[in-house]
Amino acid sequence: MKILDGALGIHGQALAVRTKRLEVLAQNLANADTPNFKARDIDFRQVLADTNNQPAAMTATRGAHYEVGEVANPDGTLYRVPFNTAVDGNTVESSIEQAQYGKAAAQYQTTLNFLESRISGVRKALRGE
Amino acid sequence: MSSFDNIIGVAGSAINAQLTRLNATASNLANASTVAGTDAEAFRAKRAVFKALVDEQYTQAGSPFVGGVFIERMSVDPAPARMVFQPGNPLANKEGYVFQSNVSEVTEMVEMMAASRSYQNNVEVINTARQLLSRTLEITKA
Repeated sequence: MKILDGALGIHGQALAVRTKRLEVLAQNLANADTPNFKARDIDFRQVLADTNNQPAAMTATRGAHYEVGEVANPDGTLYRVPFNTAVDGNTVESSIEQAQYGKAAAQYQTTLNFLESRISGVRKALRGE
Repeated sequence: MSSFDNIIGVAGSAINAQLTRLNATASNLANASTVAGTDAEAFRAKRAVFKALVDEQYTQAGSPFVGGVFIERMSVDPAPARMVFQPGNPLANKEGYVFQSNVSEVTEMVEMMAASRSYQNNVEVINTARQLLSRTLEITKA
């Protein structure tokens, strides 16, 4: 569906990244009391930029070949730097995660609204209204 | 598996873990004034030790939700039992002492409030995810 991909623009991919971010924040909140758990977050701009221009993959033909451009967390997550440290090694700060989760939910709905307007645009074009 | 399933699953595993923690607190509070005849038999406070579900083998064995939380084990509070001189107590030893539990009511109340707040947090996470999911389903009506 090449036509529809163009019609929806970047919002389809953006929605996927937004969902992933909500998931990471939910994991942080779930582990708010887990010793040694390190809170993570997604840099939305970075991940979206990566999905748009992925570099051409190089092929490893021998066992001694190294992977090129490998990052520490291939899923694009980064560890959060806490404002205060906890004795048990946990870096989740519940109130900050709650605020981020609420913000991420609002951003998700924003992307959803963009997507809805694109869809209604396509529908109007198809009906010839 | 859609990502929303995972959000709800992760928050669900956290609710489950917090409920176990709340249960342990209730048990500790109920036994706060339990006495025993020997130090070994005295009731000792129990605490849930949480662990993140990150390893593949955990996710295969129990909950399928990566990033959730589960109870790794129950730890026993190492604080000594309180010795109280009660010669009239039928459980008293030869010297007339009984061994009270090492439960600290204040600590348990704090633990209870922390557990219930974390529980509520995760309920809110599920609520938000559910609302976003149903809004996404309505995208076809646009």
